[in-house]
Amino acid sequence: MTAKDNGRIETARTRHEADRPSSALVLFGPDTPLKLDSGATLDRWQVAYQTYGTLNAERTNAVLVCHALTGDQHVANVHPLTGKPGWWSRMVGPGKPVDTDRYFVICPNVLGGCMGTTGPASTNPDTGQPYGLDLPLVTIPDMVRAQAILLDHLGIETALAVVGGSMGGMQVLQWAAAYPERVFAAIPIACGARHSSQNIAFHEVGRQAVMADPDWAKGKYLAEGKSPRKGLAVARMAAHITYMSDKSLHAKFGRQLQDREAPTFGFDADFQIESYLRHQGVTFVERFDANAYLYMTRAMDYFDLAAAHGGRLSEAFKGSRTRFCIVSFTSDWLFPTEDSKVITRALIASGGNVSFVEIDTDGGHDAFLLDEPELFATVDGFLRAAAHARGIH
Amino acid sequence: MLETTRRNGVRADLRLIGDLIAPNSRVLDIGCGNGELLQFLQETRGVDGRGIELSQKGVNECVARGLSVIQGDADRDLVHYPDNAFDYVILSQTLQATFRPREVLEQMMRIGRRAVVSFPNFAHWRIRGALLLRGRMPVTKALPHSWYDTPNIHFFTLRDFVDLCGELKVTIEQSVALDRRGEKIAFRGPWWFWNLFGAQAVFVLSQPSARRDSPSS
Repeated sequence: MTAKDNGRIETARTRHEADRPSSALVLFGPDTPLKLDSGATLDRWQVAYQTYGTLNAERTNAVLVCHALTGDQHVANVHPLTGKPGWWSRMVGPGKPVDTDRYFVICPNVLGGCMGTTGPASTNPDTGQPYGLDLPLVTIPDMVRAQAILLDHLGIETALAVVGGSMGGMQVLQWAAAYPERVFAAIPIACGARHSSQNIAFHEVGRQAVMADPDWAKGKYLAEGKSPRKGLAVARMAAHITYMSDKSLHAKFGRQLQDREAPTFGFDADFQIESYLRHQGVTFVERFDANAYLYMTRAMDYFDLAAAHGGRLSEAFKGSRTRFCIVSFTSDWLFPTEDSKVITRALIASGGNVSFVEIDTDGGHDAFLLDEPELFATVDGFLRAAAHARGIH
Repeated sequence: MLETTRRNGVRADLRLIGDLIAPNSRVLDIGCGNGELLQFLQETRGVDGRGIELSQKGVNECVARGLSVIQGDADRDLVHYPDNAFDYVILSQTLQATFRPREVLEQMMRIGRRAVVSFPNFAHWRIRGALLLRGRMPVTKALPHSWYDTPNIHFFTLRDFVDLCGELKVTIEQSVALDRRGEKIAFRGPWWFWNLFGAQAVFVLSQPSARRDSPSS
């Protein structure tokens, strides 16, 4: 089989997940339209989600997990495309901090994603063709609005907690601001109330890499049977650097060479870090849709919670009774601790109930996905206290 | 921290502060350490407690035990709290370690209806004696650090503190002097007496009545 054939098969599987995912699926019709910030409305849309644990009789133990840019709903189960463990299986599971023996965990694929919730890789019901760029742009508030409708559908009025890191953390903040009465506790991790200029810049590099690939075909690659694999891989490589700290990169790879004794005096992947990044890029395109990457990075860029509340972040949380636990990591330079402090100060100013923990680690932005005992202890203790306060024992 | 005797397994200084706090009130503990006092107040007084702690280790321990605590310090972070956000703001054994004690006290009186402040008294007779007779910076049970590694950068005496309360026009509602073992000095003498024999002091301060009656935000 040629590489091209491999690519076709992967594309076919990815397409299949986009329309008929290996997850629970809810289809919404014109009686439940989804109004988007852009002004557009989706009359027919769908949400794919995974659940773990059991909803209690009082319906008070639901924990909503919001995934990050390159994540999906497969939090704690084997991924249907990669065969790898769930992206947060260290955090979510029986006896884990988000204990599925105690809590009912829900993780939906975000709007604009490519794992079964309506996104640019989904089939446009009006044309029978993949949406591509015909899907209206979506925002973080749009993603959260879709999740709120899913919770309505599941009969969950108030979540015990909404938890997430990075883009997931942005959704947590949006949840707490838009539906304060539906969020008993909120755990935004390694995120900010807005995307910084530097963050937008990195995203733009990634998008340009995708769009510069001729196989992107102006966004119509699915209809034309192509895939901008190289562009998306480069985007992933560039982004992946921002998820790690200089220290962790150097500790992991240093200047070590890849399967060779000396440099080859060429542009092959001489260094281990090059080989690692190439691998990250190649494996990413197997499970991710390039247009979804464009849509979701854009959603993050547009996020600015203070701007949506007259320029004052504290207004976003005014009168909120949600218990917040904000977590940052010392070596995260994508969403530095100061971003979390801004949120903390806004919550203090609005009289909110807030805890703020900065965790000392070399793990960089991706530390929220890694084995960080302090993070687990924090989430475990905070969730237990929240559950206790809500009368769950 | 103040070394004190334990009675029924509860540290004397926790019990002492606990006795000063009305049940079910809103409390901010500045420099809350590992959360021992906050937890004690929540369990015995049913308070709605919040904390600020400088050390990351302390904050993480607090949050892991279910307390609402943020990382921060008294000098920088009190300004973010709204007026009258708390019934009590507690500063235990920390005022002498702040950069701007006067501003810290003013902020405490702004954000809390009452402030509970405990501090080591630099005019205790043992300290006076050490300086007078030995000519050395005193190292005592209440002040166990050498001069070069002490976090205490603004030493003051019990009478200095009373003067500052007068300048800031705050009302001293209660005051307690403690001996070297952390037990209350039962005899309520004049200030000079406490200033000489009190190793520690605990004050409950309140805002002037006009401020106290203003609605909370």
